[in-house]
Amino acid sequence: MTPLLDVRDLVTTFPGRGRALRAVDEVSFQLGRGEVLGLVGESGSGKSVTGFSIMGLVDAPGRVASGQILFDGEDLAQLDAETRRSLRGRRIAMVFQDPMMTLNPVLRIGTQMTETLHAHEKLSAAEARARARDALGLVGIPSPQERLDAYPHEFSGGMRQRVAIAIALLHRPDLIIADEPTTALDVTIQAQIISEFQKLTEEQGTSVIWITHDLAIVSGLADRIAVMYGGRIVEAGTITEVLTAPRHPYTRGLIRSVPSENTRGTRLAQIPGVTPGLGRMPEGCAFRTRCPRATEVCSERPGRFGDAMAYHRCFHPHEEALA
Amino acid sequence: MITTLIRRAIQAGFVVIAMTLIVFIGVNVIGNPVDILINPDLNQAERLRVIENLGLDQSLWRQYLSFLHGLTQGSFGDSFVYGRPALDVILERLPATLELALCAMVIAIVVGLPLGLYAGLYPDRVSSKLIMTGSILGFSLPTFWVGLMFILVFAVQLGWLPSNGRGDTAEFLGARWSFLTGDGLSHLLLPALNLALFKTSLILRLTRAGVQEVVMQDFVKFARAKGLRENRIILVHILKNLMIPVVTIIGLEFGSLIAFSVVTESIFGWPGMGKLIIDSINLLDRPVIVAYLMMMVVLFVSLNFIIDICYTLLDPRVRLDGKG
Amino acid sequence: MERKLASTTGSPEGVVTGAASEAPPPPKVSAAIRRFLSEPTAIIGVAGLTLVVFVAVFAPLLSPQNPYDLMQLDIMDSRLAPGSESFTGVPYHLGTDGQGRDILSGIMYGLRTSLIVGIASAFAAALIGTTAGLMAAYVGGRTESFIMRLVDLQLSFPTILMALMVLAILGNGVTNVVLAIIVAEWATYARTARGTALVEREKEFIEAARCLRIPGRRVLLRHLLPNCLAPIIVIATMQVARAIGLEATLSFLGLGASVTQPSLGMLIANGYQYLLSGLYWISFYPGIALLITIVSINLVGDRLRDVLNPRNAR
Repeated sequence: MTPLLDVRDLVTTFPGRGRALRAVDEVSFQLGRGEVLGLVGESGSGKSVTGFSIMGLVDAPGRVASGQILFDGEDLAQLDAETRRSLRGRRIAMVFQDPMMTLNPVLRIGTQMTETLHAHEKLSAAEARARARDALGLVGIPSPQERLDAYPHEFSGGMRQRVAIAIALLHRPDLIIADEPTTALDVTIQAQIISEFQKLTEEQGTSVIWITHDLAIVSGLADRIAVMYGGRIVEAGTITEVLTAPRHPYTRGLIRSVPSENTRGTRLAQIPGVTPGLGRMPEGCAFRTRCPRATEVCSERPGRFGDAMAYHRCFHPHEEALA
Repeated sequence: MITTLIRRAIQAGFVVIAMTLIVFIGVNVIGNPVDILINPDLNQAERLRVIENLGLDQSLWRQYLSFLHGLTQGSFGDSFVYGRPALDVILERLPATLELALCAMVIAIVVGLPLGLYAGLYPDRVSSKLIMTGSILGFSLPTFWVGLMFILVFAVQLGWLPSNGRGDTAEFLGARWSFLTGDGLSHLLLPALNLALFKTSLILRLTRAGVQEVVMQDFVKFARAKGLRENRIILVHILKNLMIPVVTIIGLEFGSLIAFSVVTESIFGWPGMGKLIIDSINLLDRPVIVAYLMMMVVLFVSLNFIIDICYTLLDPRVRLDGKG
Repeated sequence: MERKLASTTGSPEGVVTGAASEAPPPPKVSAAIRRFLSEPTAIIGVAGLTLVVFVAVFAPLLSPQNPYDLMQLDIMDSRLAPGSESFTGVPYHLGTDGQGRDILSGIMYGLRTSLIVGIASAFAAALIGTTAGLMAAYVGGRTESFIMRLVDLQLSFPTILMALMVLAILGNGVTNVVLAIIVAEWATYARTARGTALVEREKEFIEAARCLRIPGRRVLLRHLLPNCLAPIIVIATMQVARAIGLEATLSFLGLGASVTQPSLGMLIANGYQYLLSGLYWISFYPGIALLITIVSINLVGDRLRDVLNPRNAR
C-alpha cells in the first residue's frame, strides 16, 4: 500500500550571496495513514520550511528546487497553483506556532471559519455556520454559538489555538502539519491541547506531522521521528528505535540534553558549540565541526544509511543503545 | 464606548476654545485690532464711533468675552468688500470648495489605493517600481506649478478643457454644483486632478507600506494554508486590516484638501472659499479672514472627532478598550 | 586604572563616560558615506543638490544679468522666447519675462532666496522643535503634557492653513513667510525629538547619569541630544524641501517675496498671466528649477533615512 505522504529528496532553496542556500537539503521520509511523525530539530534546522514546502507556501524568493512530494501517489510539486490551493485546508491543513498571530484581528471567528468552508465546498451560509459551530464545540470551546461572533482578541492564547485547530479540522483533512502549535502556550494548556489534538486526529484517522524542538512532546505523541540538522534529516526511524538506540551523534546529544528523572544530580550534557547559520554550514556532514566522532571522511557528504523508513546520515554511527 | 465619545467631545470643545483664544490674541494683541477690524476708508469720527461700537476701548478680557459671544451668534462682522455678514459670504462659497475637495479625494482614492495595493503585493515587478517613482514625483512636484502646466497643456496647447471658473451649475440640495452638468464637469476636471495629485501619492505610498506590513503577518499565511483564494485574501484579509490607517489618513487629508484648495482655486479661478481667503488677505478684508480661520478650526476639530469614531467602528480592539 | 581611580574618588565624570561608552560606537564616517552613495538615486540627489547650491552661491558670477537691478532691465526685451538675443546682442537662453528680465538670471537669483528661506526656516524650526521635544521628554509632568498638547493641536492643522493664519495676522513679506513656516513645522521636530528621547531616557546610562545627579542641562545636551540627532537630521533635510515648496506656494499666492526680488515662486506667478497666450517659458523654467531642487533634497533625505536608521543597518 502506498504511504499517504512520500517525500523524496526534497530541496528548498533561498537565494543567498552569490549562491542558493539549501534550507531543506535532500529530505526524504514517508508517512502512513493515521501515523504521527515527529519532525525534531533546533530553530533554523529547516523543519518549518519542510512543512511549508509540503503546503506549497514557501515565501518568495525561496522555492522548492527539486525532489518529489508524493501525496496519495500524486506529486504535489508538479501541480498547478489552483489544484494546490484546493488541497490546502481541505486535504492538508496546517496549525501555526503563535495563536496570537494566526487569526486575523479584524475578522470575526465565525467569518474566519466559514470562509474556509466556502473556499472548498458549495454550501449555504447557515450550513457553514452550523458546521463552524460544531467544530468549535468539538475542540472544547464553551457556548460555541455565541463565540462565532467574537473577535480573536476576546479569546485567550489557548482558546485561540483551539480555534485554529478547529479550522484545520473543518474538512477532516488527511494530513495536518502542526508547526510547534504548543510552544507559545502555558505548560498546563500545552498538555490539554496536545491530548485533545491527539484524541481528535485519532478519531478522524488523520496523519500528523508534528514539528517541534521538544523531544519530550514527540516521545509521548509520535509513532515515528525524524531528526533534522542543518536542513537535512540526520536520523529517522520509529520512536522507540531512535530514542533508545540513537545512531547519529547529534540525536544522541539532543536526547542527553533533555533533563529527566534519572539524571538528577548529574551535570546535564550539552552539545558543544552553536548551530552555524545557513550560509556557514560546513561541507560534507553539517554536524562535523561540533561532533566528537568526526574524522577526515566527514568532509564528504554522508549518504543515507538504511531504508526509507529508518536511516541515518553518519559515517561513524553509534551501535550501542543509550545507557 | 459612549464614555470615550463624550471624553473626546469634551476634548474637542477645549481645542476649539483654545483656538478662539489664539485667533483672538493674534488679531487683537499681535496685530493692531483697529487696523484689522476697521475699514481703513472711514474718517476719524467714524473710526472712534466704530472703536466704541466694537468695544476696543474695553479690557482685553471683556473683549474676548464679547468676541466669543459674537462667535456663538455666528457673527464675525460685515465684510468690508461685500458689505454683508462675513460668514454668509464664506458659506456661499462652501459648496464650490467642498465639491472640488470631494472630487479630488475620490480621484486620490480610486487611483492611489489600487496602485498602492498592487505595488505592495508585487514589489519586485518593474511596473511597481515605475509606480513608486511616479509617486515620488507626485510628492515633489509643486502643486501650483503642476496646475499651471495643466493649463498650458490641456487648456492652451490642446484646447481640450477650460481653465477658469466653475462653468454651468445645477441646483441640488439648496446649493449649486458643477458636477451635475457636462460643462461644469469639464471645468471641474483639471482643478480636481491638480488638487488630487499630492494626495494620490500619499495614499499610494501609505497603502503600499501597509500592504507590505500586513502580508508579512502570520494570519495571511494561515489564510493561504486554509486554501482561501488569492482574491479573498487580498480583498478581505489584507484590505480590511489596511482600512484602519487608510481611513484615518483619508479623513485627516480631506481637511487638508480643503485647506490646500486655496492654491488650486487661485490658479483655476475656482470661486470657492480658498480663492476668497486669498483675495481677502490681499484686500485686507479682516472680518472674512477671522471668519474663515474660525470655520477651519471648527472643521478640523470636527473631522478629527469623526475620524476617532470611524476608528472605533473599524478596529474591534479599540472598541473593547473603550468599554474598559 | 585611571577610570577606576576616578570613580573611587567620587567624580561622576569618569563613571558616566564609562557608562556612556558602553553604547555601541558610531559607525565609521567613511563607511557611512560609502553606504550612502551605494544607491544610484542618492548620487543623483547629491549631484542635483550640489548643482543647485553651486548656482545659488555663485549666482552673481554666473548669471548674465543682475535681475534685481532695474537699470539692467530693458522693457524692449520683454517676453522674448528662449534662445533669442537682446537688443544689444546678448543671448537669452531661457527667454525673458514681462519686464525684460532674463529668466536664467532670475532663476539663479531666485534659487538664492528659495534656499535661504528653506534652510533658515527648517533650521530655526528644528532648533525650536527639538528643544521643546527634549524638554518635554526630560522634564515630564505638566510641562510635557502642555508641550505635547500644543504639538498635537499644531499637527492636526495642515501646514498651509497655519502659514495662512500667521500671514493673515502679521501681513505679507519674506520674513513673515519664514516665521509662518517655522510656526507650521516646529511640531514635527518636537514630536520626533520627544519620541526618540523617551526611548533613550529609559536606557541605563541616562538612569546612571541621573542617579549621579549630573545637572539636567548636561544630561540633555551630552546624552539625550546626540542620540536624537539622526532622526532630526533626516526630518530637517526633508523639511528644507517642504519649506522651499511652501515658500514658493505662498509667494505664488502673492503673500511672500517682493516683486522686485523674486523667488522662484514669484517668477512662476509672474508667468501665470502670460500662460494663456502661450508664453510658457516664464513659468516653465523656474518650475523646473524648483522641481530639481525639491527632488534632489528629497532623494538625499530618503537615502539619509535609510542609512541613519539603525534598524536598516546591516
